[in-house]
Amino acid sequence: MKRFIGFIKKEFYHIFRDRRSLFILFGMPIAQIMLFGFAITNEINNVDIAILDKSKDVNTQKIINKISSSKYFSVKQIIENEAEIEAIFKKGNVKAVLVFEKDFSKKLTVENNADVQIITDATDPNTANTISNFVSSILQKYQQEINKDIPIAYQIVPETRMIYNQELKSVFMFVPGVMTIILMLVSAMMTSISITREKEMGTMEILLVSPLKPFQVIIGKVFPYIFLSIINAIVIVLLSIFIFKMPVQGSFFLLGFESILFIVNALSLGILISTISETQQTAMMISLMGLMLPVILLSGFIFPISSMHFILQIISNIIPAKWFIIILKGIMLKGIGITLLWKETLILAAMTLFFIVLSIKKYKIRLE
Amino acid sequence: MKIIGYIIQKEFKQIFRNKAMLPIIFIVPLIQLIILSNAVTFEVKNIKFSYIDHDKTSFSRELINKFEASTYFDVITEYPSEKIASTAMLKGDVGVILEIPLYFERDLLKKKKIDLSVIINAIDGAAAGVENVYINQIVQSFNKNAQVDLMQPSVPIIIGMKNLPKSITSIPSFWYNKTLNYKTFMVPGILVLLVTMITLFLSGMNIVREKEIGTLEQMNVTPIKKHQFIIGKLFPFLVIGMLLLTVGLIIARLLFNIPMVGSLGLMYLYTSIYILVILGMGLFISNYTDTQQQAMFIAWFFAVIFILMSGLFTPIESMPEWAQFLTEFNPIKYFVEVMRMVMLKGSTFIDILPQFTKTLIYAFIMNGLAVWSYKKTA
Repeated sequence: MKRFIGFIKKEFYHIFRDRRSLFILFGMPIAQIMLFGFAITNEINNVDIAILDKSKDVNTQKIINKISSSKYFSVKQIIENEAEIEAIFKKGNVKAVLVFEKDFSKKLTVENNADVQIITDATDPNTANTISNFVSSILQKYQQEINKDIPIAYQIVPETRMIYNQELKSVFMFVPGVMTIILMLVSAMMTSISITREKEMGTMEILLVSPLKPFQVIIGKVFPYIFLSIINAIVIVLLSIFIFKMPVQGSFFLLGFESILFIVNALSLGILISTISETQQTAMMISLMGLMLPVILLSGFIFPISSMHFILQIISNIIPAKWFIIILKGIMLKGIGITLLWKETLILAAMTLFFIVLSIKKYKIRLE
Repeated sequence: MKIIGYIIQKEFKQIFRNKAMLPIIFIVPLIQLIILSNAVTFEVKNIKFSYIDHDKTSFSRELINKFEASTYFDVITEYPSEKIASTAMLKGDVGVILEIPLYFERDLLKKKKIDLSVIINAIDGAAAGVENVYINQIVQSFNKNAQVDLMQPSVPIIIGMKNLPKSITSIPSFWYNKTLNYKTFMVPGILVLLVTMITLFLSGMNIVREKEIGTLEQMNVTPIKKHQFIIGKLFPFLVIGMLLLTVGLIIARLLFNIPMVGSLGLMYLYTSIYILVILGMGLFISNYTDTQQQAMFIAWFFAVIFILMSGLFTPIESMPEWAQFLTEFNPIKYFVEVMRMVMLKGSTFIDILPQFTKTLIYAFIMNGLAVWSYKKTA
C-alpha cells in the first residue's frame, strides 16, 4: 500500500510539474463555458438584410421600420434594382433581401392584397428558413394592425409555455455538453497519453518489473486524472450556477454520483485506447479524431439527435456522452431523480464495465 | 534545394512507415466527413408531439389531424391526463404537449376566442422557438378554416370590399439551395474542419517529437539551414492537406451532390495559403513546447476555440460585438466563408479578396514567427 501511494505521488508530481498542460487543463473548461455562455448561440439575431423597395410609400416605410427595429434584423443596405441582389449575395454582405412590389399601398387598398418577396441566401438553410419565418410573422402582425377595425369572427390562440428554460437561454443547452466534453477529454485523452508515454519512453518495462501489480500501475496512473476531472466538474457546475444562473433542480448528490460514473467510464475508455496504441501520437489521434468529433456531434450537445438520420440515431446510442448529457439535463434542468434516470445510469455503468473487461483482456503484461 | 528534397523524402518515409497513423490521417477524416455531415443539422423535425384532448369532438379531432398531417411533428401520442403527460415530458419521451380544453368547440362559438395550452420542452431554446412557430402556423391555418366552416351560415354574403381584411402575402425564395438541404451547408464546413485538424495536429506534434526523442539535436548539428529544415518539415503536410481536400471535394460531389459553382483553381489557391497559416501555427506551437502531450494540448485548446468561433456551426452575426471582433483573428472563419462562397455561390476572386488578403497576411506573420522562434540550439 505504501508503495502504491508513493507511485500515485509520483504521478501527481509529473502532472503538476508540467505547468503549461495544467494551465490548459483548468483554463479550457473556463474558456469554453465563457464562450458558450457569452458568445456562441444558435439563436438568430442581428441578421444583416438589404431592402429593395419599388414603391416607397407609407406602408412599405412602416414595415421597414418595424423590421429594422426588431432585434432579429439590421437593415444594412438599400438597393435599387434586382440585378444588385446577386452581387451582394456573392460578397456575402447580407443574408436576405426584401423586395416590395410596385404600387404596394395601392394594391393593398384596391386589391386587398400586396406581395413581399423574401429572398434569402440559403447556403445556410437554417438561417434562411428562420429569417423567412421571422419576416412573415412581422408582416402578419402589421397585417393585423391595419385590419384592426375589421372584427375577426373566431380565434384560437395557442398559449405557449416554455418549460425548463423559460428565457430560452442557449447556455442551458450548452453547459451539460461542455461539461461532458471536458470530462471526456481530460479523462480519456490524458490517461491514454500518459500510459502510452510510459510505453514509448520504455519506462513501462521498469514499472512492470517493479513489485507493483499491473492493475496497481494502471490505477495509479488513472487516479490523478479522476481527481483533476472531479475538480473540473465542480468548477464547471459552480461557474454555470453563479455566472449563468443555471439551476440545479435535482439533487447535488446524484449529480456528483453520475459525474463520477461518467469519469470512470471515460477513464476506462482511455485505458482501452492506451492498450491498442503504441505511440503517444497514435493515442492522441485516436482520442481526438475518434472521440472528440463524434462526442461533439453525435451526443446531442449542439445538434438535436431527433433530427438526424435514422441510422445515426441508432449509432448515437453507443456514445456514452449522449447518456450523460441526458442525465445532466435531467438533473439540472428538469430536476428528476434516479427513478426516471435509472435506465441511462444503467447503460453508462454497463458500458464502463465493458470497457474495463475489454482493456483487461487486451492489456499486455509482457513485452514483445 | 537538394537538401530540402532529402528532408522531404525523409518526412514522407516516416509518415508512411507509421502504419497506425496512416488510416487516421487518410481514412478516418473521410469516414467522418460522410457520417458527420449527416449528423450535423439544426433542422427541427420529428418533433415528439403529444396531446390531451378533453373535448373529444370532431372539431378537436380536426385540429389534431392538422398536426398529424404536418411533416414536422412525429410520434403523435394521446395522454389521458396532464399528470401522465408531464411525466412523459420529464422522462424525455415527448417534446410538446398540446392540451385541448373541455367544451372547446362550444366555447369557441360562444366566446369567439379561446386559448389552447401548449407546453414545450425548451432546454434547446432555439429549437423550442422554431417549434413554437410551427405550432402557431398550424393553429393559424386551422383558424382560417374554422372561420369558413363555422361562420359561413351566419354571415351575410354581401359585405363591402372595404370591410374585407387586407392581407400581405410573403413569398419566400431560397437562393443557392432551393430545397434547404442542410448537407449543402455542412459538407464544405466539415471538410474545412478535417483539413484544419489533421494539418494542425500533425505539424504541431512533428518537431516536438524530434525534440522528445532526441533526434532534433542530431539535426541541429548538421549543415542544414533553418529555412531548409522548416520548408522540408512543412511541405509534406501541405501535400497531405491538399490531398485531403481533393478527396473531400470528390466525396462532396459524388456522394452528397454538392455543386461546385465557383472556380476549382481559386479554391486550391486559397486552400494552399490557408494551410500555410495552419502549418505555421503548428510549428510555432511545436517550438514552444517540450513534449508531444503539451503540444497536442495547446493545439487542441486553440483548435476548439477557433472552430467554435468560426461560424461553422453557429452564425457569427448572432454573437455580441466584441466576439464578432475577435473572430476577425480566426483563420478558420475565413476558410469556412471562402469554401462556402466559392463552392455554393460561385464567388470570384474579387468577391473573396478581403478574406484572401487577410489570410495571406496571416500566413506571413505565422510563418515569420515560426522561423524566428525556431532556434538551432538545444
